Amino acid sequence: MSNKSSNAGGKSPPFEFVAGNGLIDRRALLGRGVVFAGAMGAGGAGSLVGAAAEPLVDGPWSLEVGAAIPPYQVPSRFEKTVVRTVDNPDNEPRNSRARTPHHLLKGIITPNGLHFTICHGGVPDIDPDQHRLVIHGLVKRPLEFSLEALERYPMVSRVGFVECGGNSAPLFSNVALQDNVQALHGLASCSEWTGVLLSTLLEETGIDPKAKWMIAEGADSPHLSRSVPLAKGLDDAMIAMYQNGERIQPGQGYPMRLWLPGYEGNMNVKFLRRIKLTEEPAMTYYESRTYAQVLPDGKAYRFYFLQEVKSFITRPSPGVSLKEPGIYEITGIAYSGTGRIAKVMVSADGGQSWAQAALQDPVLPKAFTRFRMPWRWDGGPAILQSRAWDEGGNSQQTRAQFVAARGQTSKPPSVLGFPSQHFNAITSWAVDAKGGIKHVYA
Amino acid sequence: MSMRKFSIGAVSLVLAVAAGAAFAEGPNLGKPVSPSDLAAWDIFIMPDGTGLPPGSGTSAQGAPIFKQKCAACHGENGEGGIAGPLIGGPPHASLDGGKTIANFYPYATTIFDYVRRAMPYTQPRSLTDQEVYALTAFLLARNKLIGETDTMNAETLPKVKMPNRDNFITRFPDRI
Repeated sequence: MSNKSSNAGGKSPPFEFVAGNGLIDRRALLGRGVVFAGAMGAGGAGSLVGAAAEPLVDGPWSLEVGAAIPPYQVPSRFEKTVVRTVDNPDNEPRNSRARTPHHLLKGIITPNGLHFTICHGGVPDIDPDQHRLVIHGLVKRPLEFSLEALERYPMVSRVGFVECGGNSAPLFSNVALQDNVQALHGLASCSEWTGVLLSTLLEETGIDPKAKWMIAEGADSPHLSRSVPLAKGLDDAMIAMYQNGERIQPGQGYPMRLWLPGYEGNMNVKFLRRIKLTEEPAMTYYESRTYAQVLPDGKAYRFYFLQEVKSFITRPSPGVSLKEPGIYEITGIAYSGTGRIAKVMVSADGGQSWAQAALQDPVLPKAFTRFRMPWRWDGGPAILQSRAWDEGGNSQQTRAQFVAARGQTSKPPSVLGFPSQHFNAITSWAVDAKGGIKHVYA
Repeated sequence: MSMRKFSIGAVSLVLAVAAGAAFAEGPNLGKPVSPSDLAAWDIFIMPDGTGLPPGSGTSAQGAPIFKQKCAACHGENGEGGIAGPLIGGPPHASLDGGKTIANFYPYATTIFDYVRRAMPYTQPRSLTDQEVYALTAFLLARNKLIGETDTMNAETLPKVKMPNRDNFITRFPDRI
């Protein structure tokens, strides 16, 4: 697939195109200067240098004393647009959701205030001193734990994502809905979570051998409850109390949540107050109705625990248009509920040709993995796609393949709607000749 | 477990503690909690009816409660308002919507469990068990899943036949 670049100017820049429409070998990222030197050398369409610089002067901030340091720093006033979108700002009696602005973030850790949140009865105001976690049911010793008690247990920290089962649901629409990556894929975020492994607490309660499930319940007003296989509880489930080093946010379940790495967001019960071990699932509202997915033949999936392998390009993306032809970095995030990301391929020609993206260290299991791909946009139409593989060999399908099995709507729904869940096929961004970017099906 | 195996296990535990492996035993800071301590919280209802409390209710008893405590959000006749519909709807759910009690819910016990734990939206846990039985009967009767005069209680509710029960596929059975 590799072909040496040549352009109208006659100079060959010292980088290799590895797939159609301007994708450059990811190894160029190792020597970034080479890429940019190449771009400059190419001149014209490839140029990144503008008119001659003006003489430099001190800004007013360099000529006066700065502000006092606040006890808790928030982002610069110039970053006011880097916020979540909220779909129930007036707290009407219904669900409330806030979506992560992926197009404005880099790296793999979502800042705590920008982590996506869904609450089914508002955000409760829980006094941590009065909060209790009870583990009972098919155990030998039912026990109640205070937050203070849990603080004395051995803790672990792990980086991992949480994704709503309904993330990316707009892509079930029969026509591509025009919105940005925040609206389409903003119900997934990634943090370092710290807490006590549930298995540590189950050692103290003991487990009746008949137990096969555990039903988790929150202290919020819907007393949200979900049945979880006990196998997951013993594998890597965590009673998470810290998020990126500080106590978890109110919207994330303060003072504690159940964290089930790689499993459907709604199962990661927030404001966790009770876990009951049982032989059978409870068939709660959320598992038997809301998070059961209707299939084209009229049957429905349920207990779709896994958030399967997914990736999407965060830049360039709708609303983050290209200013002029030249060198850009295509970047995005990939993740899988089954383990590490093994490979991400990127296409700039709608899937006709692909090139392997660079994966940014660290590549952690069940966590966001940042991928990068150098690209020279020549000013013509392009369709950008990413496709991820996980270490289990699972990969993303094309959208056409995916909806053939899982269905799509018959008419366009609201971009805030949830026609179905667990969409993990390929997303396509179309670049037009002006550098504008639209969401398309390709 | 035989007595012999049990005593070997007990001896190993003593040895482990004696060797200083105190962490293996854990901090043991959980407080024992009795069933009576748990009574107000232990509200899970299982599909076989386990957990259903004493009491009963009929659709006729549920109608005025629905009007007073549910209709503001779910509509005068349960047709939906700012909250979803609870009565009627299309014969089948699809990706265009329309999951209803009649065409989708696999177990009638879920209605009791959810109404008792989460409704009314602004006053959860305010309904008596009698009221929850009555509202459950009202919703099942108006959806023609039980007769208008049928009584719902711990015996009858788990036996309600829900039409869509056998249409579910467990997506990841190997993870259970």
